[in-house]
Amino acid sequence: MVSSTAPRTALLASRTRFEEKRLLEALDRRGIPCTAIDTRTVRHHLHDTPPPWDLVLNREISATKALYAALTYESAGVTVINSATAIETCGDKWRTSLALRAAGIPTPPAALALTAQAAEEAAEEIGYPVVLKPLVGSWGRRVALIPDAAALRTVLEYSEALPSPLAKLAYLQRYVDKPDRDIRVIVVGGIPIGAMYRTSDGWRTNVARGATTTACPLTDDLAKLAATAARETGADLAGVDLVEDADGGLQVLEVNHGVEFKGFQEAHTDRIDVAELIVERLVLGADRRMDRETVREVGA
Amino acid sequence: MTTATQTCPECDGPVDVGDTVRASEVIECPECRSELEVVATEPLLLALAPEVEEDWGE
Ligand SMILES: [Zn+2]
Repeated sequence: MVSSTAPRTALLASRTRFEEKRLLEALDRRGIPCTAIDTRTVRHHLHDTPPPWDLVLNREISATKALYAALTYESAGVTVINSATAIETCGDKWRTSLALRAAGIPTPPAALALTAQAAEEAAEEIGYPVVLKPLVGSWGRRVALIPDAAALRTVLEYSEALPSPLAKLAYLQRYVDKPDRDIRVIVVGGIPIGAMYRTSDGWRTNVARGATTTACPLTDDLAKLAATAARETGADLAGVDLVEDADGGLQVLEVNHGVEFKGFQEAHTDRIDVAELIVERLVLGADRRMDRETVREVGA
Repeated sequence: MTTATQTCPECDGPVDVGDTVRASEVIECPECRSELEVVATEPLLLALAPEVEEDWGE
């Protein structure tokens, strides 16, 4: 039976991974028809009539393609999750830092340097070891833990040689002497649904780099920080990464817009069904966009 | 839908795709760990998935 309240829904992806498959299955179970759009077929003429959807679940794996698809569908009056605004903020580490800082969310000291020379000075000011990250990109690629000025110079020379102007900007973050784990909280429609630890042998704790995941109790502090971080970066569906610092405090590292939840799902087995909650809250929810009042209650 | 075991285009090893496979699904070859993409379901066709690009990832 087709739900009469279900929005006309499409799922945009170029790869059907665990997450997309679970979402399509959850939509099927609810009898919600969903058009699967293969990103590789997307083209939109300026004078086209609007596409026949109310809602697009934006699961494109490339941040650039996800952003331009979101801009395009939004201009045609379609609700896109995650939105272009969320992708622009979450997809760029400096914009994320600015949004977190503006909202008073604890986040490690960080600096943006526009030239290699300025980066060397900024690193001295932050203090070694320092973490150098590309502004865009994920799964921990090209993220480097830099022990000293000589190492920084070497890495910056490499960045300078890259063709992209963005690659020449240096995002530097103070290294948080954390345990060999960090915490991921998934926030759906403003509500944190659970947390997991990501544990790894190295200092990078990306699941894509082989980190293992276990369930983590969702404390009030975690829930509040994650809900606020998702709200301030505009992400209706967010994977908020936090670290515990030496004093037991929590710092928000980043907010992910293209949330992968295979590791989270494995850590929580069937106690939490992420795809089901996404369909319930973001597709069938009365207000499909992030409910700011609800977030305030949770985060108050 | 085809459920028979397919052959990995990279290593020729057997790949069991299951019976709920969808177009553009990415599966890993159990032999060589290559990422394979389901480029068609009727009939089933596997190809090497594209290389990871700079802005990919969650
Ligand atoms: Zn193979």
